[in-house]
Amino acid sequence: METLALTVTKNGLISAFLLVGVVTAFSYWVSDKLSRGVIHGSAVAIALGLLLAYFGGLYSGGNRGLADISLFSGVALMGGAMLRDFAIVATAFGADTRALREAGWAGAASVVIGVVLSFLVGAAVALAFGYRDAVSISTIGAGAATYIVGPVTGTALGASSEVIALSVGAGLVKSVLVMIGTPLVAKLIGLNNPYAAMVYGGLMGTTSGVAGGLAATDPKLVPYGAMTATFYTGVGCLLAPSLLFYLVRAVL
Amino acid sequence: MVIYGVALLAFCLLAGSLAGDLIGQLLGIQANVGGVGIAMLLLLFVTSLRAERWQLSAASQSGILFWSAMYIPIVVAMAAKQNVVGAIESGWLALVAGVLAVVVSFALIPLFTHLARRAGQLEGEQ
Repeated sequence: METLALTVTKNGLISAFLLVGVVTAFSYWVSDKLSRGVIHGSAVAIALGLLLAYFGGLYSGGNRGLADISLFSGVALMGGAMLRDFAIVATAFGADTRALREAGWAGAASVVIGVVLSFLVGAAVALAFGYRDAVSISTIGAGAATYIVGPVTGTALGASSEVIALSVGAGLVKSVLVMIGTPLVAKLIGLNNPYAAMVYGGLMGTTSGVAGGLAATDPKLVPYGAMTATFYTGVGCLLAPSLLFYLVRAVL
Repeated sequence: MVIYGVALLAFCLLAGSLAGDLIGQLLGIQANVGGVGIAMLLLLFVTSLRAERWQLSAASQSGILFWSAMYIPIVVAMAAKQNVVGAIESGWLALVAGVLAVVVSFALIPLFTHLARRAGQLEGEQ
């Protein structure tokens, strides 16, 4: 038994391949038999991944979900930013450049609008919860953009660590909800073409959320959504601690 | 050869990431601005070149297509390493802020898609 555990741990990435393969097979079986194909197999797999992350986090007390359990440590490498970005770029191969060109400006605009919109929503919630200083309000607003923009803004503005933690929390909630929610509302919001996917990536912005949400909805849309989402965090880190912070300070 | 496709993909990601980091530095922020997006555009540009002496063989293409097909499994692994406990236990403020940001953004997608299509069509007519 110990030898088996050692083998699995030593070959972390390989074990992760096996684990994800089993999770995927089970998910497609569930999708097929229990939902009769209504809920896509990859949507089930991603939801199951999040569930595993929840129990992994409960069990280990760490912040990397299942990856903090040593048997499943390879999940961190397989699901890390390096391989994720590598695979996202690969999905661009064969993408329709006409749609990218045509919706380019609208996509760029949706990134800026998306950052400002999420920031304002987050700031309004912070205000409603009793925060009255511009630094805290801006940091929480930035967290509603993504969980990277939040701490970057908070650190730049000198926010308290409690507020920075809240901003990360808001970003995490957003990212998880986008992953689970996208396949459920895709039909309702018309997310079935490259144009909508570019707007979606720009408005949502959370790279992991968009990556998961589109994978669960229609993998063909991935390059379009990922293309705009990849600019979101950068634009957020640019606008939130500067322009948007001044705006909040001016209003208060 | 398969490795040519994989190497081309690696080159595009590295070049894009570098460009994204440099843009971030130029703007004075601690973030990568659009690195993956630039890498995607680069890959699209390079693979659409149809030079007479330069063409990606089927084997080379399969090196890219493999990673494209690995996208969903990688995203499943990514989901499994999310800090879900952190999201759930972060308290009401974080929960409300995160949920509202998503709901408002979702709600605006149909409107913006409509505008994006219109803008695209206008450009196409010119």
